[in-house]
Order: sequence, then C-alpha cells, then structure tokens
Amino acid sequence: MWTWFHRLASPPHFYRLAERWLPWVGVAAAGLLAWGWIGGLVFAPPDYQQKDAFRIIYVHVPTAAASLSLYTMMAVAGAVALIWRMKLAECVLVATAPVGAGMTVVALITGMLWGKPMWGTYWVWDARLTSELVLLFLYLGVIGLQQAFEDARAAARACALLAIVGVVNVPIVKYSVEWWNSLHQTSTILKLGKPTITADMAVPLYAALAGTFLLCAYAILRRVQNELLWRERRTGWVAELL
Amino acid sequence: MDANFWHMSGYAAYVWGSFGVAALVFVWAGLAPRRRRRELLDSIRGSAEDV
Repeated sequence: MWTWFHRLASPPHFYRLAERWLPWVGVAAAGLLAWGWIGGLVFAPPDYQQKDAFRIIYVHVPTAAASLSLYTMMAVAGAVALIWRMKLAECVLVATAPVGAGMTVVALITGMLWGKPMWGTYWVWDARLTSELVLLFLYLGVIGLQQAFEDARAAARACALLAIVGVVNVPIVKYSVEWWNSLHQTSTILKLGKPTITADMAVPLYAALAGTFLLCAYAILRRVQNELLWRERRTGWVAELL
Repeated sequence: MDANFWHMSGYAAYVWGSFGVAALVFVWAGLAPRRRRRELLDSIRGSAEDV
C-alpha cells in the first residue's frame, strides 16, 4: 500500500498515468455533458411554475457542487503538502484553484441569471450568495498568492495555509440555506433519499453533474502535468519526453 | 428546432446566457492547460538546446 502510494506520488509515474487516463476522462466528460445539456435543454419537460427558466439548474447545480468539492479537495491537498511536504500535493493544490474559481464564477453568474426572473433581483446579500462570493475570493486569493512568490515551493506552502484556513467557509456555504433564513431554496436534488423531481428532469442533471466533475478532473490533471513539467524541467524524465 | 425552443417561454436571455457562460468557461477549462503545455514544452526544449 505504501509503496503504491509512493510510486503514485513520483512525478514521472504520475505524469505517465495521467497521460494514459486523460483521453478517457476527456471523452467521458464531453459525452456526459452533451447528454446532460441536451437532455436538460430539449427533452426535460418545462417546470410547471418556472417554465423553461428552471433549465438553468443543469449548469448551476453541477458548477456550484463542483465549487465546494474542489475547494475541499484543495484544502486536503494543502494539508498533505504541509504535513508531508509532498510535491504532488503542492501541484494538485495550485492546479485546482483556477478550475475551482471558474466553477464558482459560473455558479454565481447562472444563479444571478436565474434570480432575476424568479426572485426579481440579480443579487441579495444573503447567507448563501455571500458565502459563495467569499468562496470565489478565497480561490482568487490562492491564485494571487501563488503568483506572488518566486519560489514554487514557498508559494505552495503559503497557498496551503490560506486554503486550509478558508475551508471553514465550505460548510457555511453548504448549510447556509438551513442555518439562516435564506432566499435560496434548500437542497432538493443532492440529498439522501428519493429526489423530489421527475426522472426526465433528474437523469440529465445527474449526467451534467458527472460530466462537470469529469471536466474538472480533466482540467486539473492537465494542470498538474504542466506544473510537474515546469518544476522538473531539468530532470532526466522530462528530457526523455521531449 | 422550432421557435418555442429558442424562446424558452420568455426566459431566453437568462437560459441561453447561463448556458453560454458555462460553455465559455468549460471550453476555457479544457483548452487553456493544453495550450500552456505546448508553450512549456517549447520553452523547455529551447533552454535545453542552449546548454
């Protein structure tokens, strides 16, 4: 088990493993996203109250879920990087931040575009919306901090600290709709037990969720590869690649 | 596609706007690291030749 773990963490081994997996992850992401989006836009019936505006959930829910999951992953990578000084974890940390920030931006904008016709306003400073905006600033903070340092390892340590401190915001986003009286509805789909929407609506949403997460995996793996290439540019295994 | 589909029961700007923003960011997420990799490999190759 530990030898397997060590092998996985070795840059050339991880690079090659990612290279082998990436085409499959990319194809699966594109296929599931096409299924989810076409299913959501064309085949799902309009909602009886929201009509066609409800279709925004096919981009909003997956990106919002990814924004939280990726932040958690980034904080875990940060903890591993700080405790075990693991290079691969540092690379995962800095690779996740831009992708997570992108997902957060989409979640925020699509939420606003849904809020305008449904709530009558693009934005309110309530708990869910505000904490999701804080999440975006945390991602941007990690990106900015990483670029402020000359030395990649010192940068990663600083980013790891910020990522870990910021993780307290994740449960705040997740449970804000239950803890406070938010304008945002509580979870109807991502909860245990039977979902409260019809299968025609739910199945494309699950496809869009899986596709969005796979797209994030694709983007992060590619970014980890880039980070490894740059850090190890003077080593033998990179020279062999060229 | 019929007109109703594009019309989205009056919410066209919101629905297509949302999917448009998502499509832009998703394409960026998928393509930006690939372009960066080409740049990286070129620059590593360049500096290897200098040595």
